[in-house]
Amino acid sequence: MSHTETTGTAGTGGAAGTASRLAVRKTYKLFIGGAFPRSESGRTYVVNSAKGAFLANAALASRKDVRDAVGAARKAFGGWSGRTAYNRGQILYRVAEMLEGRRAQFVEELTALGAPRAKATAEVDAAIDRWVWYAGWADKLDQVVGSANPVAGPYLNLTSHQPTGVVGVLAPPDAPLLGLVSVVAPVIVTGNTAVVVAAEDAPLPAITLAEVLATSDLPGGVVNLLTGRAAELAPWLASHMDVNAIDLTGVPDDLAATCEEAAADNLKRVLRPSPTTWTADPGLTRLLHFTELKTVWHPTAP
Amino acid sequence: MSRAGLRTFLYGLPGVDRVGADQRAAELGTRSIKTSAKAWAIDMAISMVDLTTLEGADTPGKVAAMCAKAIHPDPSIPEVPRVAAVCVYSDLVGVAAETVRGSGVKVASVATAFPSGRAPLDAKLDDTRAAVAAGADEIDMVIDRGAFLAGDFGKVYDEIVAVKEAAGDAHLKVILETGELSTYDNVRRASWLAMVAGADFIKTSTGKIQPAATLPVTMVMLEAVRDFRAATGRQIGVKPAGGIRTSKDAIKYLVLVNEIAGEDWLSPDWFRLGASSVLNDLLMQRTKLATGRYSGPDYFTLD
Repeated sequence: MSHTETTGTAGTGGAAGTASRLAVRKTYKLFIGGAFPRSESGRTYVVNSAKGAFLANAALASRKDVRDAVGAARKAFGGWSGRTAYNRGQILYRVAEMLEGRRAQFVEELTALGAPRAKATAEVDAAIDRWVWYAGWADKLDQVVGSANPVAGPYLNLTSHQPTGVVGVLAPPDAPLLGLVSVVAPVIVTGNTAVVVAAEDAPLPAITLAEVLATSDLPGGVVNLLTGRAAELAPWLASHMDVNAIDLTGVPDDLAATCEEAAADNLKRVLRPSPTTWTADPGLTRLLHFTELKTVWHPTAP
Repeated sequence: MSRAGLRTFLYGLPGVDRVGADQRAAELGTRSIKTSAKAWAIDMAISMVDLTTLEGADTPGKVAAMCAKAIHPDPSIPEVPRVAAVCVYSDLVGVAAETVRGSGVKVASVATAFPSGRAPLDAKLDDTRAAVAAGADEIDMVIDRGAFLAGDFGKVYDEIVAVKEAAGDAHLKVILETGELSTYDNVRRASWLAMVAGADFIKTSTGKIQPAATLPVTMVMLEAVRDFRAATGRQIGVKPAGGIRTSKDAIKYLVLVNEIAGEDWLSPDWFRLGASSVLNDLLMQRTKLATGRYSGPDYFTLD
């Protein structure tokens, strides 16, 4: 199609002009430290729709991307965990606002993966609601599950929940958006930072979520998102000595035991949940799993 | 050499092609060093480190802790080589010398009103003598950049000669502070000036000025020591300092040394890395190669 053809309709927004535009194809990349780099390995893999049609090339992350993501998460941990719980809640709520603005895009992406439109819409709504629900817990968790402990002495004794540190998360393959939100939000709301491996077959909603996070006042590095193969990346996350906890939700059973063993070397907290219904009330399990208890003995005035 | 002769000689040095130098250094930085070569390079880099603390807040305890780390960078793995030297301010040389005695780790002291070099010559010489008397094996002096930039090469030359004499048997490293010299031509001139005046080592930076050591600047200096040996037969060492933080950075410098100056310089006697944080990264990379899993900063000492 020649240029002269477009000049006639330029600026009019006419149908002919639209049809003659060059396609602007999107490069799907990783999300590390607030930036969108390609995989260090230069590898990509083809993402197909449920009907087998080509959707996109996604970055195929390598162990070195895991290493870089862990570095970014560690760097972000001090700042993110140091913010007030109230501020973290505000930022996560802001994420929900941005999610709301991308509803149509998420629905399209889920539909392409084979969900009927009504089901896709319901999943997007549920995912946004789930995010808001977790955002609300930021400044309430300690009020509900923290404790003032009776002790034998003139002390005020308080226990609160502190973030564990850098958490590796392997997102579930089912429920590409709701499942992802349900494993990421509880990790970061308490002040942890995360390295998330998205489900291999459904990376596009995950990358769109990364784009939402990048425009939501969430500091770079709090969530780092890799697309690729869980079987390739999970062992590196599990054995990494600077990762404090790992969520094996998306790891196949035959690999999970190996990951648990590798994780034991630096006493990581490991979450290996039984199959989860993502639409059900999640409870506080995930929130509490990635926290450490801090107990303060405070001398009380007579 | 007369002052006029020195001036003529330094201005007669061929100019450095800035773009060419940048490109050559960047190209050498893309070499991929893997597996057994990487293991060799990491140990070589560790053995070349001048472990440095140059802060107003340095305490005898901090210096002693750093010296202990210099001798056993990773106490759990005895095969890790010791570093080349520790580098401290002159008033803390005594503490450092006491701690590293008998270990083979050298004590380097910055002197001559480091880092600015703005003090009367007598004060600079006293500083140097005090450091040597306290047990320094190496003196890291700064040149008078003001005089150099004003074109007073004779003053810079005379100071280096005087400090060399005050340093006696101690090795003299001359810090050019390339970040303040503004052009590669000046770096080349300052390198030759220092070598002609009797430096044993030429060093890029104090670490207090940005930019500190860069690959192209180090490359220009490596060319200078190579050409100086070809002309005079005397071999001079090179020490980039400041801004070297990762193993990858350190290995890039080793590639540069091998390609520009040659294998003769691949030794702690002729090449040093002035840094502190790079040591932990080298240790982490070493651990990764040995154990097959990524390590973390929690497992290494901070200073």
